[in-house]
Amino acid sequence: MRLPRALLALTAAAALAACGHRDLSALDPAGPQAGRIAALTWYLVIVGSAVFVVTTGFLLYALWRGGRRVENYSGEAAERHIHRWIYGAVGVTTLILLVTLIYDFTTGRALASFAEPDALTIRVTGHQWWWQVQYIDPVPSNRFETANEIHVPVGRRVRIEVQAADVIHSFWVPNLHGKVDLIPGYTNTTYFRADRAGVYHGRCAEFCGYQHARMDFLVIADPPAQFAAWYRNQLRSAPAPADSVQQAGQQVFLSTRCAMCHTVRGTEAGSRVGPDLTHLASRTTLAAGTLPNIRGSLGGWVLDPQSIKPGAYMPPNPLEPDELHALLSYLESLK
Amino acid sequence: MKRTFAPPYLRPAAVLALAALAAGCDLEQRSFQETPPGATAFPAVQTTDIQAGPKSADPSVGVYQENRWAVSQGQTWYEQFNCAGCHAPGGGGGMGVPLNDAEWIYGSDPENVFATIVEGRPNGMPSFRGKISNTQLWQLVAYVRSISGLTPRDTWSPRNDHMQEGRPNRAARPEPQLP
Amino acid sequence: MSSTEARVPAGLLNPAERELMERTWRPRRGLWGWLIATDHKSIATRYIITAFVFFLLGGIEAFMIRLQLARPENHLLDPDQYNQIFTMHGTTMMFLFGVPIQLAVALYLVPLMVGTRNVAFPRLNALGYWTYVIGGLFLYVSFFLNTGPDAGWFAYVPLAGPQFSAGKRVDVWAQMVTFTEIAALTAAVEIIVTVLKQRAPGMSLNRIPIYVWAVLVTSFLVLFAMPSVALASTAMLAMDRLVGTHFFNPAEGGDPLLWQHLFWFFGHPEVYIMFIPATGYVSDIIPVFARRKMVGHTALVLSLVATGFVSFGLWVHHMFTTGLPQLGQSFFTGASLMIAIPSGVQIFCWIATLWAGRPRFDTPLLFVIGFIVLFVCGGITGVMIASVPFDQQAHDTYFIVAHLHYVQMGAFVFPLFAAFYYWFPKLTGRLLSERMGKWNFWLFFIGVNVTFFPQHFLGLMGMTRRVYTYLPETGWGPLNLLSTIGAVMIAVSVVLFIANVVRSLAAGLPAGADPWGAHTLEWDTASPPPPYNFAHIPVVDGLYPLWERSPDAAVVTGMAAGKRQVLVTSVMDAEPESIYEHPGPSIWPLIVALTIGVTFIFGIFTPWAFLVGPALMFAPLVLWFWPRRKEPRERGFAEEPA
Repeated sequence: MRLPRALLALTAAAALAACGHRDLSALDPAGPQAGRIAALTWYLVIVGSAVFVVTTGFLLYALWRGGRRVENYSGEAAERHIHRWIYGAVGVTTLILLVTLIYDFTTGRALASFAEPDALTIRVTGHQWWWQVQYIDPVPSNRFETANEIHVPVGRRVRIEVQAADVIHSFWVPNLHGKVDLIPGYTNTTYFRADRAGVYHGRCAEFCGYQHARMDFLVIADPPAQFAAWYRNQLRSAPAPADSVQQAGQQVFLSTRCAMCHTVRGTEAGSRVGPDLTHLASRTTLAAGTLPNIRGSLGGWVLDPQSIKPGAYMPPNPLEPDELHALLSYLESLK
Repeated sequence: MKRTFAPPYLRPAAVLALAALAAGCDLEQRSFQETPPGATAFPAVQTTDIQAGPKSADPSVGVYQENRWAVSQGQTWYEQFNCAGCHAPGGGGGMGVPLNDAEWIYGSDPENVFATIVEGRPNGMPSFRGKISNTQLWQLVAYVRSISGLTPRDTWSPRNDHMQEGRPNRAARPEPQLP
Repeated sequence: MSSTEARVPAGLLNPAERELMERTWRPRRGLWGWLIATDHKSIATRYIITAFVFFLLGGIEAFMIRLQLARPENHLLDPDQYNQIFTMHGTTMMFLFGVPIQLAVALYLVPLMVGTRNVAFPRLNALGYWTYVIGGLFLYVSFFLNTGPDAGWFAYVPLAGPQFSAGKRVDVWAQMVTFTEIAALTAAVEIIVTVLKQRAPGMSLNRIPIYVWAVLVTSFLVLFAMPSVALASTAMLAMDRLVGTHFFNPAEGGDPLLWQHLFWFFGHPEVYIMFIPATGYVSDIIPVFARRKMVGHTALVLSLVATGFVSFGLWVHHMFTTGLPQLGQSFFTGASLMIAIPSGVQIFCWIATLWAGRPRFDTPLLFVIGFIVLFVCGGITGVMIASVPFDQQAHDTYFIVAHLHYVQMGAFVFPLFAAFYYWFPKLTGRLLSERMGKWNFWLFFIGVNVTFFPQHFLGLMGMTRRVYTYLPETGWGPLNLLSTIGAVMIAVSVVLFIANVVRSLAAGLPAGADPWGAHTLEWDTASPPPPYNFAHIPVVDGLYPLWERSPDAAVVTGMAAGKRQVLVTSVMDAEPESIYEHPGPSIWPLIVALTIGVTFIFGIFTPWAFLVGPALMFAPLVLWFWPRRKEPRERGFAEEPA
């Protein structure tokens, strides 16, 4: 592995400077779990690069030295000499591997020992191709559901319980921790903590069908006060329509296809097939991290999701212009 | 296209190749963006309690009936839109009529089933007009018909990844109707 | 009485006997002769060509993947096409190119290298080839009928199960696996028996060339690894999909993880099935071009055997993110690191040999050197991802894609190209162009690095595998474009290789029996070898038979020229034991292969195929084994008339 740190940093910096919105780097940790893995990664990269350079160096030297020989280097003494070198190289290799093994084990144990019983518990269920997010609390009235966007308080341990509703997915937020698979019939658990506030991108990492490429989510680490405010807001039902346009939009929502799949708490729409839309307007993205949550892309998504995510389960919704505008106004009011 | 499917091994070699070509392409096609004929294509659907509605000659309808993916999608809608709530998973019937037998009160052609879902029927079947997209409706029709073996054998779903409740799919085959 | 006698330059067979021998072994002509052929060289040559055609098809698919990913939000392929194409790429490269070509080359070389006239079961060999061709054709015909598998080459359930992969696409994949399993198992059995029982007298275990050791170990890997995937795909997945069993349905007590265990119990050794013969090529090519005997022969052989054993203890490192218990995972980390030691031993021996010898830089050696560089790189990333914590970040990202292509392209395709350049003169009697060969090498070497090295970074930047597109905001665009440029270089270099082969077939320099000054027995006969391989079976008196041959080297005489006789020798010391008469050409292997094809292809549509198929198979099998008037029989060695 020729992976000089500077080069990687440069490449990453150049790439980020160019487009810079999505930080999915495994080497830019925002919490202790990813931090431990990043430290291990740097160890592996540096040792690996050193081994590569030394081995290739020996190879090139051997070719140069051998290329200048007139006579083979052979005979009893020569073989013994060569064998000593080989034993030495194997010894060094074994030593490096042992050290690596010990470092691997200790890191693995440290990651596993991060578990804590009273961590904030969030249940994440993978669907083709979106993420259902449920905040679990001992008090039932403190539970709520959202989708594709996970808010966590900075500095608090978070316990993520992952499940799959259909096929295998994999939950991955590179800045916070490694992956954990969502497997039908199993509940896996992972713990992490975000130590600085920010928006961290996550992706589905296990191939799960047509829109595996567009199954992203966000983990937003808020300062505790801000998180508490967000949490309180999410517990509420959707606000009632504030004006006649929104009123009309709600009618569109309830009388057409929307209500067949989506829930808006506080209305008749209670289907749990698609993402919960109660606080849709409070989210940053649409369609599992595919589009920014602005009116234009929301309209495009509602009208023709199959152009944006071909194969997704949401059908096209051919609405009249005034219906669409009303619906969008209503959806935008779901703060 | 409609009703041309037959197991290719029953045919001579040359026909086999052509049939496989045609069948293979159609059976496996995944069309994400298409606008199938919808309820508006059947303005004349008029049903009484006992009569089947008129048929449409639209050829694209058959494509859904012979497409494996469409049937599978239909199975998904059947579960997600809670058809199973009345007709039971696998279509064994409960509060609603069984779908896996050979008895079709309002006709078994795709257009009839389509109309039944869109218009609703007396005694409990609600109307889903405007609630389900046309593509999904045709897929649902294909699945409902596959339950009683009205679509080609290869489109039938052997099982899904849930608990198997009630009778498994294709428990009943279409029987000749008694006079 | 057969005996070993002093070699007489004029040959011990008189011209009439020689003529008789030619007639006995000569392949039949025409299409019919081609269909009934059982000569290992004829079968292996078409095996190699077929596998190479699949390599090109898989390469075209890879190129389409790279074109699609060259820029963000590309619309060249839709997700349905992309999923089919990347699945076809992986499936083709692993099942239709990787394993078959290694076994095919072995089927060509092993009888020549151990000094015998044909593989142990020539008709089984033909059956294996035909089964493989039917499986490969079936997959590609299905693909062109829009029924290409689309659940990835390891077809994880439930995505590959009946609910989430409707239709017959995954069934096609599962049955294609079955065909290639049958082909690989037949080849493995032939190779094992040929190596153990048909070696030339004097080739005791400690004198077997390293390449032959490598394919022997590989054949045992095939024997123990393949049944696992055959069970998982042919039996369990196909039954879940066809008749609704619940092996992988968690709601009814099945388990999706069971599939992963069974698949990777095969899948990881499979990597070594491709890799171990490749190290065999390298260990046999290096002494020739370093003009020096290999350093540490015994260590190399033990490394191969150790690699073979340990490769069965690695499979869980594909499953580090599935939430298995930590202690269990640690075991597999340990095993994954341990396997680096035998690989290290081999690398050190190769470097030492080059250092102590006088290397000449012909194209085969260039590919070997390229191999060592790429393999070290791929091996080191392999050690990295053996670590559970690091793998939890790298798993299913382009870091893994980079790693696996470094080890597949680097540690398998590069030695294979070295082998092509090295053995092409033996197969055809013509030398390949060195000048074009060097262009081929440098373009390939640079192309592979330009394509796959940036993918390490992409993985660490969060690019997951098997995505048909990505957003510009991710910042993955430039490195992906670079990777695609590398793919263009690889494509050009492969075209150059084909041009080189075509040109050399028409107008290459005549090679003669031994253009390289090589040391193994295959260079002891004409290029291309006659159908009977050796007029007289040589007697081996050293590890490097052609380099250590004494002036009065013996050959085996007394085998009847008018019969297809091969010499059977003992397992340990290769003492002559008996003479066995091989069966001749036969059409029945092809017919049996066709009935296998009918069984498995129609098994996709109806379970009745598995009752009808064996019934169809019965008659051809009876005819295959029908005793002929001149029954091939085993005879005591001493009874053979002189």
